[in-house]
Amino acid sequence: MTGTPVTGDVTESAGGPGAESRPAPVPVPPSSAAATPSAPASLPGSGSDDVISTRGLTKRFRGGQLAVDGLDLAVPRGSVFGFLGPNGSGKTTTIRMLMGLIAPTSGVAAVLGEPMPQSVATVLPRVGALIEGPALYGFLSGRDNLVRFDAADPTADPRTRSQRVDAALERVGLAAAAGKKARAYSLGMKQRLGLASALLQPRELLVLDEPTNGLDPQGMREIRALVREVAAEGTTVFLSSHLLDEIEQVCTHAAVMSRGRLVVQGTVAELAARAQGRLVVRTPDVAQAAEVLAAHQVAALVPGEGRVDGELGDRGDEALPKLCAALVEAGVRVQGFGLERGTLEDAFVALTGEGFDVAG
Amino acid sequence: MSRAEAPALRTGRRPQTAAGFLALFRNELHLTFRRLRTKVLLGILAVLPVLIGVIVKLNTDGPHDGGGGPSFIAQTTQNGLFLVFTALAVALPVFLPMTVGVVAGDSVAGEAATGTLRYLLVAPAGRTRLLAAKFTAGLVFCLAATAAVAAAALATGAALFPLGEVTLISGDTIGFADALLRAVLVAGVVAASLAGLVAIGLFVSTLTGSGIAAMAATVGLVITVQILDAFPQLDAIRPFLFTHYWLSFADLLREPMYWDGVLKDLGLQAAYVAVFGTAAWSRFASRDISA
Repeated sequence: MTGTPVTGDVTESAGGPGAESRPAPVPVPPSSAAATPSAPASLPGSGSDDVISTRGLTKRFRGGQLAVDGLDLAVPRGSVFGFLGPNGSGKTTTIRMLMGLIAPTSGVAAVLGEPMPQSVATVLPRVGALIEGPALYGFLSGRDNLVRFDAADPTADPRTRSQRVDAALERVGLAAAAGKKARAYSLGMKQRLGLASALLQPRELLVLDEPTNGLDPQGMREIRALVREVAAEGTTVFLSSHLLDEIEQVCTHAAVMSRGRLVVQGTVAELAARAQGRLVVRTPDVAQAAEVLAAHQVAALVPGEGRVDGELGDRGDEALPKLCAALVEAGVRVQGFGLERGTLEDAFVALTGEGFDVAG
Repeated sequence: MSRAEAPALRTGRRPQTAAGFLALFRNELHLTFRRLRTKVLLGILAVLPVLIGVIVKLNTDGPHDGGGGPSFIAQTTQNGLFLVFTALAVALPVFLPMTVGVVAGDSVAGEAATGTLRYLLVAPAGRTRLLAAKFTAGLVFCLAATAAVAAAALATGAALFPLGEVTLISGDTIGFADALLRAVLVAGVVAASLAGLVAIGLFVSTLTGSGIAAMAATVGLVITVQILDAFPQLDAIRPFLFTHYWLSFADLLREPMYWDGVLKDLGLQAAYVAVFGTAAWSRFASRDISA
């Protein structure tokens, strides 16, 4: 595998898993990215406004397991960047390398323009992080937990500490439970407290590893609302998740990991667009319709119960009326005819050839 | 404060201040002494002298069998202040190092096990600073533990036995105030002679992600080293065992004070702190934190 993902264009590792079994992807017209700011068209590392950039980042654990393999990641400033992949695909290992917790085996990583892990002391005070779920001192109150994490930051001003702790608790809706021992907190409350510790200071970058894990739907909605709010203030958010709809709901950009490798990165709009819309024909005459469609070069036909669908390829919408007319002419009783838009999930399956929640 | 929140992000670099730097040291002390475990350990240490005092009292009230106990214990009946030295001599080989082993052994490993270590490091606490804060808290715990034994012994001694002029090991007699000062000095030396163990515990603590394992290893090491120290065949290495000079504090109860053993003890502790402190630092500074 030699493919190198390049920022700005949706690219894919040549020969990535499942690539052989899928038709070649169609280049995405730039207009599809109109809804979101376009990523800088530069190589990772060279873009001065990338909040995170890595080049060839690799981590091989003792025992030989290759957790992250030649990662070239570029997270533009101001984006809400979704870091997507099944459990075990190397997301958390990547985040740990970015946060200076583990040293890469090879390759380089830069956060806020400075090399990691060498610059942890100057970079991390400007970064808030939630890594692999919250971890708290059960015998301390929620408030004292935040005081401790704040005291750990040598750049945090002790005089404003209690104010900032209160503000963070208020922000995540924990003000009322601040005096309770953390061991009495529910998982959702712990998650919020973890988020509060990431918000003790105004941050340039917020790194959230699976922030909605273990939360009920209401809690998930609240966390997502908070992420949007933080992003609206100008903080870049780097959000890892194995939930596709989460990424689709809150992110402007996304990267997809699979088995330690970066499969693709780009704007969410570009990625979703790459799951091509499929032509769907509803008719009782399935066999006959399939025949006509095949004769008009519609590929990847899938006959179903009362419907046939297939890929239009790179023909534009102008081909549709002709196709419909051809079907009617051939005597197919057309009950429905149209395009169904792809989702990020379709894109993911197309890219990796695997379902989600599969350990890579 | 009624100041409205600034709408714009006040991000960018903040300067590191001395107060901010020291905040972690203060917080570490707070964390150590807020723990129920620490309070229980100090409580056990404080009960020990009471037990010794009561046993000595009961024994001397009964018919004297003339058994040759430690010289301190015999002296205790004449002067309650000697219970301080008796209690420290009893606590130093086992109880004090056990509690110190628990606190030092758990210091880093416990945080790794609960996952709080990664949040301290991304705060960013700084690995060297965090280790220094842990070491400082360990030393302060040694002081607190020794003080708990000494204070409880003094109170028990005063309650059960007469106080007054103290006859030293060398046979000289000194006034009570003078003797009290020596007790404080002895307690200080005892606390300092645990410094090497704090460094060892800290080092063990950086090796594992399990607090229990680190505690057990540290306490086990203390016991092993003391067993080794009991073999005359090991004379070549015995002076280098960190427990070897522990009981030399008794030399401070002579007139004039005999500092040789105490200074050797303190020097040895300093060497252990240097060696194991460096080992802990080099291990911790380069370690992958994957817990």
